[in-house]
Amino acid sequence: MSNAAPAVPHDSKPRLPRGVRLVHNEAHGGWVLLAPERMFKADATAAEILKRCTGEATLDAIVDDLTRSFAAPRERILADVSALLGGLAEKKLLEL
Amino acid sequence: MTDDPRHIEDGVSSLAPARGMAPAPFHGPIGMLAELTHRCPLGCPYCSNPLALDPRESELDTETWARVFREAAALNVLQVHLSGGEPGARRDLVDITAAAHSSGLYTNLITSAVGITPEMLTKLADAGLDHVQISIQDSEPASADHIAGYQGAFARKKELAAAVVRLKIPLTVNVVVHRANLDRIAAMVELAIRYGASRVEIAHVQYYGWALRNREALLPTAGQTERAIEAVEQLRNAHRGVIVIDAVTPDYYARFPKPCVGGWGRRSLNVTPAGKVLPCHAAESIPGLEFWSVRDHSLADIWANSPAFNAFRGTAWMKEPCRNCARRDIDFGGCRCQAFAITGDTSAADPVCHLSSHHDDVVALRTRQRDVPYSYRVHQRTKDKVSGLTP
Repeated sequence: MSNAAPAVPHDSKPRLPRGVRLVHNEAHGGWVLLAPERMFKADATAAEILKRCTGEATLDAIVDDLTRSFAAPRERILADVSALLGGLAEKKLLEL
Repeated sequence: MTDDPRHIEDGVSSLAPARGMAPAPFHGPIGMLAELTHRCPLGCPYCSNPLALDPRESELDTETWARVFREAAALNVLQVHLSGGEPGARRDLVDITAAAHSSGLYTNLITSAVGITPEMLTKLADAGLDHVQISIQDSEPASADHIAGYQGAFARKKELAAAVVRLKIPLTVNVVVHRANLDRIAAMVELAIRYGASRVEIAHVQYYGWALRNREALLPTAGQTERAIEAVEQLRNAHRGVIVIDAVTPDYYARFPKPCVGGWGRRSLNVTPAGKVLPCHAAESIPGLEFWSVRDHSLADIWANSPAFNAFRGTAWMKEPCRNCARRDIDFGGCRCQAFAITGDTSAADPVCHLSSHHDDVVALRTRQRDVPYSYRVHQRTKDKVSGLTP
């Protein structure tokens, strides 16, 4: 896989498509993204991002919200969120 | 925020044992293959069902499946794959799907498309179905129907795929590849794109059960196999972002064995139509294993205590070269069914591994092609046996 995931437009409203679900399971140690015949372990940060991908909030709004919750510079958060969401979109696990 | 943007680790698919496995994060079983029936209108010569198919009379009823799903969810299984045979042959498929969904399981339907009408699919979607996988046999209709042993199968797939996409259910197209269709990987991937699939799974035949019986007729040539591996790379680049292509190196050309089912008794389980619980769908091909049934035991009891699940769990059963191998916790000695099928020893290293003393046997198998007719799977009905040929 190349590292060049698709860019995420600032006004896109990312959402988990039908067939992709974020669930919490204590026995498996936290958040799991369930997808077609695959499952992915999401760490706490990824889960915080994915919980905000409701199809209503824009990328900018999600990043603003995370900036209020986490002590990190906005550009850094934007870069991390874009990389995660772009990678998931390429894997068809997210709609932008 | 951490430095690594990929906060997510690839997990394991219990249906594609060769495609990597989760390292640490999961605990216990995560996927369950529910073989609802062995009945199937198709006769594919590579079918992974056992040679001795469970008759309809022995199939678990709706209520028992519902209990099994609840027990699976309590065991922290996350995904259930409703399979067969053709699951559409079950008249209670909608109720079964609803039961799986209400237990909290992610529900995946694995179908040939023959036997599932668009009307039934709508009911399945309402029952909570999360994903559909449709198998195709080839991109050429005549060849596809020949491989399936069923006239008109190809056309039915297109119809059901369209219905899946209309309902906005994610669609995977599964292609089992072998000598007759391996040169058309590109056309089959393009067909999956036209169907609207978000994912295509290219699976080389694995030689157990019916496939082992048909090995000479199915085995691709070395040249075909090498071209196919290159083609997959090109297709991944060409269709990036359009469709996800999952493909694995064919067993007989690999250097290391696949971590079959993510490790024996470690991440997945399989329930047969009659209720036997197996560590993998081909496990009945291994002699001497004692399987327990959901009719007699809870799933948790079977997972923890059944002799079959404990037979090759962990690493204590291993011999050299596995026992002290640095990869023993990566590939778990490979596939037990393949080790037995080729070496005759259930505890031997999977001979796909280049360190196996039987690896030369695998290399020799690469050239064992023979143009013989397929031996299609047949499902003998009890009725036929009674009324027909038995004296």
